[in-house]
Amino acid sequence: MTDAAFTLTIDGTVVAAKPGQTIMEAADAAGIYIPRLCDHQGLRHQGGCRVCTVKAAGRSVAACTQPAAPGLAVENETPHLHALRRDLVEMLFHEGNHLCPICEASGNCELQAMAYRLGMIEPSKFPYLEPTRPVDASHPDIALDTNRCISCGRCIRASEDVDGKGVFGYVGRGIHRRVAVDGADLAHTDAALSDHAVSADVCPVGCIIRKREGFRVPIGERDFDHHLIGETIAEKRR
Amino acid sequence: MSAPRKARVATVSLAGCFGCHMALLDIDLRLVELLKHVEFDRSPLNDLKHFTRHCDIGIIEGGCCNEENVHVLQDFRRNCDVLIALGQCAITGGLPAMRNAIMHSDDPLRECLEEAYVLSPYVTNPTHVIPNDPALPLLLDKVYPCSAVVKIDHQIPGCAPSGDIIYETLVQLLAGRFDGFDPHTIHFD
Repeated sequence: MTDAAFTLTIDGTVVAAKPGQTIMEAADAAGIYIPRLCDHQGLRHQGGCRVCTVKAAGRSVAACTQPAAPGLAVENETPHLHALRRDLVEMLFHEGNHLCPICEASGNCELQAMAYRLGMIEPSKFPYLEPTRPVDASHPDIALDTNRCISCGRCIRASEDVDGKGVFGYVGRGIHRRVAVDGADLAHTDAALSDHAVSADVCPVGCIIRKREGFRVPIGERDFDHHLIGETIAEKRR
Repeated sequence: MSAPRKARVATVSLAGCFGCHMALLDIDLRLVELLKHVEFDRSPLNDLKHFTRHCDIGIIEGGCCNEENVHVLQDFRRNCDVLIALGQCAITGGLPAMRNAIMHSDDPLRECLEEAYVLSPYVTNPTHVIPNDPALPLLLDKVYPCSAVVKIDHQIPGCAPSGDIIYETLVQLLAGRFDGFDPHTIHFD
């Protein structure tokens, strides 16, 4: 295996890549946005949410974990993949309790922004599961509203790998799998406001709440109120 | 040749807050032009309580929280060619749907009513009776989005939707085709 750079194509566009890069890393560097939720800059890749599913040489793979390969033909923005991703995002909405009008993350929420980008406006074909999930407001500075958790695991990886704490972790299996804290409640962990895991960017939804900060930026002036998610990556192309 | 007849529009607010009807007013000056092509049938805007004729477009605000909502929504489906769910409550159940799950209870409706009429420290209700007059519409077990009750043709997102997105949708529908929304105009808040 050589370290020589190579090229692959994404929707017919020739993209440069280096050995060891994933399809998504090569796409990001080239200014081609592949939608994603569980992947976050600076955290190890997980391949959990599958919103970044692309067709690589005709097979469905997660772009965030699949290595780029010389000459690989990748499909990204096709009607088929667009519909598939929209269904995935819609199922995330139905699996938890996502009430945008009452959520303080509205406008900064990546799940919501992904629904905007993918055009989730059709009458739903899925039932709302409406699970009964707790709110943990025990910590003086941080609250967890697990109604909004999409189990992306970004807080888990941030706490383990960046903070070196392991405050968050997965418990349960299948549909019962969820993110839990390493203690009776959040107040009984060593979580702190200075943790990367609870910084504003890591939780893509409104589950991890930094208390007393909620509405500092009003609705209408937030990240995704005026531009689509992924537009900052696509701007690199111009 | 006579002028083409105006499109007949009916509107209703089910389990909503009338915010979406207020948002209709955000169409602003363009309303004047729009009303040259539209006339209202059943609507709280003109206080008509029943359909006088079959309508082209029915606009529904709010989801279904009681049996009356269901009957009204079915009446709209029978009497309208195109049915639009306007705003998050009509689309997902919205804020009223908080009683479905957010109550963290195995019996969320009962807990919701007890909190509202009996247990809350701010309630003055000496009889401790939850309102049960037969004239009150029967509450449903939970709040349902409109699309769970009847076929919905289009959904305009927002809480409340902007005047712009309502106007653009109506103009497209009146022209006989709807091409969907520009993603930049979609908001759930």
